[in-house]
Amino acid sequence: MSTHSAASSADGVLRLVDPAGTLDDQTAADMLEVTGDLVRGLYRDMVLGRRLDQEAYSLQRQGELGLWLMSLGQEAAQAGSIRALRADDRVFPSYREHVAALCRGISPTELLSQWRGTSHGSWDPERYHFHIYSLVLATQTLHAVGYAMGVRYDAADSVVFTYLGDGASSQGDASEALNWAAVTSAPVVFFCQNNGWAISTPASKQYASPLRERAKGFGLDAVSVDGNDVLAVHAATRRMVERVRAGGAPGFIEAHTYRMSGHSTSDDPKRYRDDAEAARWQAHDPVERVRLLLTARGWADEDYFATVASDAEELATRTRRECRALPEPSLSDTFRATLCDEPESLRREREAFETYLESFL
Amino acid sequence: MTITAAAASAGKDTQDEAATTTTALTLGRSLNEGLRQAMRDDERVVLLGEDIASLGGVFRVTDGLAAEFGDRVVDTPLAESGIVGTAIGLALRGYRPVCEIQFDGFVYPAFDQIVSQLAKMRARSRGLLRLPVTIRIPVGGGIGAVEHHSESNEAYFCHTAGLRVVACGHPQDAYDLLRAAIACDDPVIFYEPKRRYWDRAEVGLGGPVDGDTLGRARVLREGSDATVVAYGPMVAVARGVAEVAASEGRSLEVLDLRSLSPLDTGALCRSASKTGRVVVVHEAPVNVGLGAEIAATVMQHCFYDLEAPVERVGGYNIPYPPARAEGDYLPDLDRVLDAVDRVCAG
Repeated sequence: MSTHSAASSADGVLRLVDPAGTLDDQTAADMLEVTGDLVRGLYRDMVLGRRLDQEAYSLQRQGELGLWLMSLGQEAAQAGSIRALRADDRVFPSYREHVAALCRGISPTELLSQWRGTSHGSWDPERYHFHIYSLVLATQTLHAVGYAMGVRYDAADSVVFTYLGDGASSQGDASEALNWAAVTSAPVVFFCQNNGWAISTPASKQYASPLRERAKGFGLDAVSVDGNDVLAVHAATRRMVERVRAGGAPGFIEAHTYRMSGHSTSDDPKRYRDDAEAARWQAHDPVERVRLLLTARGWADEDYFATVASDAEELATRTRRECRALPEPSLSDTFRATLCDEPESLRREREAFETYLESFL
Repeated sequence: MTITAAAASAGKDTQDEAATTTTALTLGRSLNEGLRQAMRDDERVVLLGEDIASLGGVFRVTDGLAAEFGDRVVDTPLAESGIVGTAIGLALRGYRPVCEIQFDGFVYPAFDQIVSQLAKMRARSRGLLRLPVTIRIPVGGGIGAVEHHSESNEAYFCHTAGLRVVACGHPQDAYDLLRAAIACDDPVIFYEPKRRYWDRAEVGLGGPVDGDTLGRARVLREGSDATVVAYGPMVAVARGVAEVAASEGRSLEVLDLRSLSPLDTGALCRSASKTGRVVVVHEAPVNVGLGAEIAATVMQHCFYDLEAPVERVGGYNIPYPPARAEGDYLPDLDRVLDAVDRVCAG
């Protein structure tokens, strides 16, 4: 597999931009055309995504959200991959793909609703070709494979793309999905953000054989990338997706990244990991290396960076305002959404509930 | 799905009117014809299951369908969570998957996909998504099978909001209810009484799908002294009980629930109020079984019409026994007649 052999580092992990912002032109030239436009766009995606994540974190701390699962540190893995897809390539996310969701046009309100407790999933998956989050690990990988079977039935040429993590890889559903995809040659790509930690369980306790090798064992085409290198992620994803679109075997991309925050706002990573580890990863920050690259190549000036920073602040303000304005949910709506034609028994239960509520008026 | 007095007894008439041909079929064959008709009616109907293509399923319910419909009949890897999980994906793409779980006791690996994914996805999306997935499960004992092949696990799924749960008891219902389940936009758990697969009856085939049959119970036999409520494999037992009771001068009404969730409360309460005495029969353990919900419903709505406490006849609160002991475990004619005696004693 050429993507694999193109890896610039000895361990088979593709990297195009090192932490100092130096682009490996030779390897990159083999995989994609690196332009100022492309890099600026990815930079902006990452900065906006990070600012949204930061604002959501603050909103949780201020009691506006019940919970938030931070995406800090995983911006390159998400922006690089989602931007390699066509708009009609269907995405089945896990629950931490805020940056990818934002890139697909999902609004901050739609993203935060679930975590504020006003819905269990608020955006229209058809509109964004981006399914609602799945909180039970790896369940979405099977949905992706089934959807891909449908794409194949339709003789369509879109590719189905599903995100999972290193923790989810241990679920039975993940193995069933990988096997099923390979057996049915479903047009699907699994994108594993290996961020090193499943809450408090390190990746070393999650698997004994590299995930990439496991995927190959199932019959998938599998590659590893530096998940904090947005261009490597983008290049590897584009190559994999186009190969699958052309009828190749389903793919698996393992992006090595790092969860810079705790698992969630309820987590306390100090109980299980050393601060020094996060500090080491700080030197691999996905956003900073792109800023350095943009500067070194003269692809962006201070005005550009200021504009992006200003856009990010505007997004944060909008996020805060819209979050607080989210309408409160109604149990009656849930009654109506449970089954397509509200059955008599459910209707009676809803009406009794509504009558009870009205008794307080 | 309005429940009216007329609706409860309308099923038979509707079927007769809708039928274009009538032929003697086993229950298994009726299901096969139901699947065939559904696949002819809608090319988005696809079948997923283990050994369902060239073999035609271990009970041959999908016999011959792969020959007619090709890759719309999928022999899947042996992975029940995968069967339901991929069915969800297919449904999101606009297909109407029909899953076959090979035996009742094999559904548990798919439990999360059914309960946490399939059942909740419509509500999670605030009604935006439709999940027209039918999950066929051969259910119950009485065929001398090894363990995990004779279970009655309907209570788990009836307890789960967002699912419809249906059980067919005889060939015509097998055909009609299966077509209605596949045409329904909600997920449906469809129970097939495996020991009745070979029961034979005249079945009307063809005609339009009657979606309303899905939520309706049916009075199979009118009576005045007591009501025997049954579903799935126990429908035949209940009919036998009514025959014997009639020979002893007792008039029993037999109500086939058909829809286990949602319950046809209207039909249930009409019959309970009419006779004042109710016996519920199912193979599943009585403990926290569907009979408890039925008894509570009858008590709540028909308390002043009741002449006796509701009796429940079902499996005991033990794991399903070895095959050679299942005769003592499963409700039979005598156990149900004893319960009828108890409710009629007062």
